[in-house]
Amino acid sequence: MEAILVLTHADETGSALTRASLEAVTAGKELAARLSASLTIGILAADPTAAAAILSSTGARLLAVSGESFAQARYASDAAAVEALCRAAQATIVLAPGSSRLTRVAAGVAHRLGGFIDTHITALGGAEAIEATRWFYRQRVEAVLSRNTRPWFLLLDAGTHAAFAAEPAAATVEQVSVELPALRTTVSGFRAPAQDAQTIRPDAKILLVAGAGWTKKQPDGQIHAAEAGELILGFLKATGASLGSSKSLVDQGGDGVPVLPFLTHMNQIGQTGATPRHAKGLSTCCHGEEPHVVGWRFIGDRRAISLDPNCGWTRGKADVVYIADAFPVLNKVNALLNSAKA
Amino acid sequence: MANVFDIVVCAGLVPDPLQTLEPVTGPSGPGLKNEMVLPAVLDPWAASALYEAANLAQKNPGSKVWLVSLGPKAKLQQVMMTVAQKVNFQLVPIDGPIGGFPDAHATAAVLADAINALPGLDRAKCLLFGGWESATRGAGVTLQLIGERLGITDQFQGVDQIEFRDDGSFEVLERVEGGKHQVSVCAGTPAVLGWATGNLAEPRNNPQVGMANMRTIMPALQKAKAAKLEPNGLSYVSVALPKQQRTTRVVKDLSPDEIAAELVAWIGAE
Repeated sequence: MEAILVLTHADETGSALTRASLEAVTAGKELAARLSASLTIGILAADPTAAAAILSSTGARLLAVSGESFAQARYASDAAAVEALCRAAQATIVLAPGSSRLTRVAAGVAHRLGGFIDTHITALGGAEAIEATRWFYRQRVEAVLSRNTRPWFLLLDAGTHAAFAAEPAAATVEQVSVELPALRTTVSGFRAPAQDAQTIRPDAKILLVAGAGWTKKQPDGQIHAAEAGELILGFLKATGASLGSSKSLVDQGGDGVPVLPFLTHMNQIGQTGATPRHAKGLSTCCHGEEPHVVGWRFIGDRRAISLDPNCGWTRGKADVVYIADAFPVLNKVNALLNSAKA
Repeated sequence: MANVFDIVVCAGLVPDPLQTLEPVTGPSGPGLKNEMVLPAVLDPWAASALYEAANLAQKNPGSKVWLVSLGPKAKLQQVMMTVAQKVNFQLVPIDGPIGGFPDAHATAAVLADAINALPGLDRAKCLLFGGWESATRGAGVTLQLIGERLGITDQFQGVDQIEFRDDGSFEVLERVEGGKHQVSVCAGTPAVLGWATGNLAEPRNNPQVGMANMRTIMPALQKAKAAKLEPNGLSYVSVALPKQQRTTRVVKDLSPDEIAAELVAWIGAE
């Protein structure tokens, strides 16, 4: 019989569980119920009290590694903590959120335990054996796989399960002790654009993607990069959208300074960038070829504005394509949105 | 005091992203149709790692860069004709299967063995570089597994920047959720760094660099050892292309005002 461990971790507050962790709890509960397997939840947090209270109603055995050493996401300490949780749980299946924190260490821990790992899991199925669905070749090929070796670590992509929610209740948590190795790395904090300059918004309903066409010569023979920047930022401000970009646009400019100063490589969507999840996506000045579109796999409703009636978006990759100049269109969109707000 | 690094870059080959991919299942498991004739490129994120490695080595005289790559010899040779013109490195080729479906643990074991056998590698000065994910399997686990096998427990993923200090320590920026970077300071080498895009542009082709590299690449390719990848209990239930075709409405005859009105209604619709 399988024994399932769900790994969870706290967010930056050090006590509340991340949304991705709560999604993994849902996946663990569903899988345990389907397989009639035992369920253990491991908590990695500076203070696990609040997390344990939320998880109390799951009926799972709760284990925790806690303390200031685990407030920071760092390979050496996190790997030791996760290894200790796995050994304490004696799990055959380990589910974890595919967060940056656990993605950094889960493979290493799997190796230490003689186990194996698969990542970016989007669904767990199978009648008797566990069958995991994931994408290959940057979301271009979908596969269902299985393993007969244990322990098997499965990292779940965010947004693939509902987040577990419950009223806090008294909980019994077993503290797991960890023998820390010498720590050579110190986390000093986070670096992000100022709040009003942050253009990457994972929780936004809409994604705006800007392509290299924004910095091409316009009908007057001139490049209007500054105007393009104003229109794009105006749209983001009016809609709260997240901003994506093609690599070619980010790479423009000289001496490492992008032609649109608010763009960084972190905005890249597609073959060399992210594959975000948003309900809607609007592509502007991007030709919609495969290296871009692979980043749109999890965008629900897709629209594009392109001057090229033969662009990639028109070939079954978008729901609606407007053959138009994005400059006047976005100008009008911003004006309408702003007047509606006023 | 100057730092000297032994930088090992692990990089795979991937089909050119403009190619159409069609999965097929053969006797040894899933693969891509006509995989061996599809044009290939160096994995994009691993290429970033290679350029960062070369840049770091150039700034720190005495440093060395190895490029360890697993793939069919013919494909490695084809890709190296281009990559070798970019930056200086010593190729460590391993003759093995191409593609995203082999098990990452098996790949990691083969790569770790090759790194362990590198003559002249100073493990204390080692920086293990690679892409934080590949464009084939995209598992994002191979580097961690190699790091564990080499006993390196300072590991960083989604790296966009490192900055070394005179005392040998370095600051590293890792991508985390929400468009932010986590900033850490590591006491020094050895370390594993899985690169995202970094900040460097792709270097221009330099024929002189290419000629220097090819003098060692061709003999290395001839001596490349064959590797067999164990399945490690991994099996595939199905491998298929997604049903991705949408019924696209192409709107050609609306004015910017009309398009804007339609878009605003769409943005506001729940």
